[in-house]
Amino acid sequence: MKNLNIKFIALFLAGAAVIGCDDEFDNAIEDGGVYTSGEADFSKFVTVGNSLTAGFADNALYLNGQLNSYPNIIAGQMQFAGGGEFNQPLVNDNAGGLLAAGVQILPNRFVLASDGNGTPAGPVVLDATPTTDITNKVTGPLNNFGVPGARVFHLAAPGYGALAGVATGTANPYYARFSSSESSTVIDDAIAANGTFFTLWIGNNDILGYATSGGLGVDNNELNNIDPAAQGDNSITNNNVFAAVYQQLVAGLTANGAKGALVNIPDVTSIPFFTTVPFAPLSPASPTFGPQIPTLNATFAGLNQAFAFLGVPERSITFSQTAASAVVINDESLTDLSAQLTQVLIGGGLDAATATLFGQQFGQARQANATDLLTFTSQTVIGELNAARFAQLTGAGLDAATAGQLSINGVTFPLEDQWVLTQDEQDRITTAQTAYNATIEALAAANGLAYVDVRTELSTVATTGISYNGGVLTSTYASGGAFSLDGVHPTARGYALTANTIIDAINAQYSSTLPKVDIGAYDSIQLSDSAQ
Amino acid sequence: MNKLKVFVVLCLISTFAYAGGYRVSTQSNTQLAMGHTGVAVVNNADILFFNPAGIVHLENKLNISAGGFGVFSDVKYQNQEFGTTFETESETSTPIYLYATYKVSEDFAVGLGVYTPYGSNVTWPTDWAGSHLVNEIDLSAIFIQPTLSYQLFDSVSIGGGPILAIGAVTFNRNASRTLTDEEGVRSNIEIEDSGITAWGWSAGLMFTPDDRFTLGFNYRSLIDINSTEGTATFSNFPNSSLTPSNGETGFTATLPLPAELTIGMSYKWDKLLLAFDYNRTLWSEYNSLDLEFSNGVASINPRNYKDASTWRLGAQYEFTEKLTVRGGYYFDESPVQSGFFAPETPRNDSNNYTFGLSYKVNSKLSIDTSFLFVQFKEINESYDFFSDTGATTTAPFAGTYKSSAFIGGLGITYSM
Repeated sequence: MKNLNIKFIALFLAGAAVIGCDDEFDNAIEDGGVYTSGEADFSKFVTVGNSLTAGFADNALYLNGQLNSYPNIIAGQMQFAGGGEFNQPLVNDNAGGLLAAGVQILPNRFVLASDGNGTPAGPVVLDATPTTDITNKVTGPLNNFGVPGARVFHLAAPGYGALAGVATGTANPYYARFSSSESSTVIDDAIAANGTFFTLWIGNNDILGYATSGGLGVDNNELNNIDPAAQGDNSITNNNVFAAVYQQLVAGLTANGAKGALVNIPDVTSIPFFTTVPFAPLSPASPTFGPQIPTLNATFAGLNQAFAFLGVPERSITFSQTAASAVVINDESLTDLSAQLTQVLIGGGLDAATATLFGQQFGQARQANATDLLTFTSQTVIGELNAARFAQLTGAGLDAATAGQLSINGVTFPLEDQWVLTQDEQDRITTAQTAYNATIEALAAANGLAYVDVRTELSTVATTGISYNGGVLTSTYASGGAFSLDGVHPTARGYALTANTIIDAINAQYSSTLPKVDIGAYDSIQLSDSAQ
Repeated sequence: MNKLKVFVVLCLISTFAYAGGYRVSTQSNTQLAMGHTGVAVVNNADILFFNPAGIVHLENKLNISAGGFGVFSDVKYQNQEFGTTFETESETSTPIYLYATYKVSEDFAVGLGVYTPYGSNVTWPTDWAGSHLVNEIDLSAIFIQPTLSYQLFDSVSIGGGPILAIGAVTFNRNASRTLTDEEGVRSNIEIEDSGITAWGWSAGLMFTPDDRFTLGFNYRSLIDINSTEGTATFSNFPNSSLTPSNGETGFTATLPLPAELTIGMSYKWDKLLLAFDYNRTLWSEYNSLDLEFSNGVASINPRNYKDASTWRLGAQYEFTEKLTVRGGYYFDESPVQSGFFAPETPRNDSNNYTFGLSYKVNSKLSIDTSFLFVQFKEINESYDFFSDTGATTTAPFAGTYKSSAFIGGLGITYSM
């Protein structure tokens, strides 16, 4: 009997030891094999691009932004299907600013401040001490070659990562942190990483700089400028330059037989930077603007008569007492009627000096309309005194009161070019963007690469919004969830959407089954009253 | 016979918890070994818990029983849509019991019981995918029950007594799915309270028409644990008037320890005893876990539990003078309804297999062991009642769960 008991207990204990086997899922993710790589090989993932690829957000590159970059998100999912480790040139902290030899050269990130009583106020620069110095080179192997600010031709430009060139503006501080040498190119460094799979998302800045500067730069398509080294700042990159360099990038990345995905260029109208400030922001309820409306309308009445006389009544300026009015802008595409306007005003009995001043100030002026896009940054100047104009006018002998009245941005002083993207300027951007996307799509097809239509996805975010578990992602500034506080770059949640879009395209092209991520698990904007 | 025993043991092993909700059926080693039947089984002082009417039936004048258990439980979560996997890191919990009865006269007995019928310890990895619902929860309640039992008629005894419950709770979760401080550390709320007291009662009836057959009935009342003096700690919230401030504050919450109704019978042939119990736990009392913080924040978490049944079968066989072998099975219905599957008590229906031995050291002392294997099927479930602050749509937390648990216990019974 005793023997039997011992055997009995031994059997029982042996069984208890294997109980662990029974608490497994039928189809356990941890056992592998649930997700497959299809025809792709995700063992070494390399990404090339600009700020979007770097994980830039809130006007800065900070640690959590990088950890939530779409490349890092995708790399995490690739690990379910043979993916390896993914190294990024991580910054030190969540402050976001960059130092060069101890001196801060780029600002900290934005956070959303409140009024102190539970109501959101607006973006402020976070009060924190940045510790990332570009002179401390990142060492070790890298997978993410996203360089904030890079345009297509920068990726193939030798010296773009030269520390010595940062101060003089010929090099990029972000690339200088991890460039392999003073003369290396981003694309050569990326090719040297020898990836088995890559993504390339470049070209956004080739129109975006022009757009966010309100079209300050040139359109190299109109100028037919095909020199990649002389495209200029705030300009639109020539379509042929784009195509030639982009082809070179793709050829380099696929030379070893790697597969990958090419991501297209979204519309500038998808981003809150151009959709937040309405063209008619001047409210009669404003305590500063409202009481001025009768005086302003009386003053502009004479000008409007002159406009009518000159056959351009559409340039008339009036402010409504009951509804928000459009700002007055300076539209460079209009015929400059300064001289004629001055003559007509003198003819109407105005003194020559005032007439000249008015003629000069309103020669290309008109009120904005629904097709004009005001930049996000214009909200800080609209209705405010234009100090430069004020100084100019007082310098010309005007008394301070009159000079002040004539120097109100968007009201009496037409908003300058840099704050407004007019229809003409938008058309130039669209023309270039369409050509870029045609190039990208054709090269994807020619090389058997996935083509990722992020343009359509972000356009949907901007128009109807995209539902996710627990909410709807829209492009509304701050509260929409998709875009960070700089109004241009996505939040982590927006990047998660981007990652899912790219994963879909990869799965479709290569018959892989990478899982997507839960968008709701990614953060949007950071709340904080710790303002600098 | 040996082949049969081998088969039975292997069956026990091949499969695998606890009872539903946060009820933990570990109030006796001898009875757990028999599927935790006992409302009509007079083995030892443990009957005090199962049916206070039974203590008058104990033959000896003084009966003492004490024991404890190790509860090893594990829950795995995965979400195949997103590739997320997590597994609990729960500590082993150790429910205990102690019963003593004293026969004052042939038809009157008194007793005292101390036991821990409710408890839960679920620890998920911090900041896991469901951390907005729970990171960690630790509930415990000790019941202290003085008991009287009286033989009313030859075949009918009654018993009962008040219960003093002493509860403690720790609960930690993140503020939302994404809120962090400026450094990206997840904002977190932890509540803690202990020494919460509440009163309830237990009453039973036992019908013994002959030497072989026993019928038992027991009702244990609802006890509401009202927490009003604990502390809630808000940490890692950003420096913003849009979010709560960091620091300690008070809170109130109520957790019901539901009433339980049991009816059961036993039948004895010589050395073999068979028992059957049916429990009905009135879980529908648990509608919602509402936390009201003193700083004005409130957290309303619908639970909507339903009343749940447990069917128990048990057998004991006296192999020898010294050795008694026991086995049992019970089916435990989960009180959690579909769509309310919160990861703090991730319980679905379970099949439970029990086994145990008692060894009589001498005429007074016996050592009892018991083992329980709880088998859960994997289940695709979700908790559909969470939404982010300000969101107009809910954010269901869904996935596949697979729980397992093993309980081993050791106790002694002493009588004189």
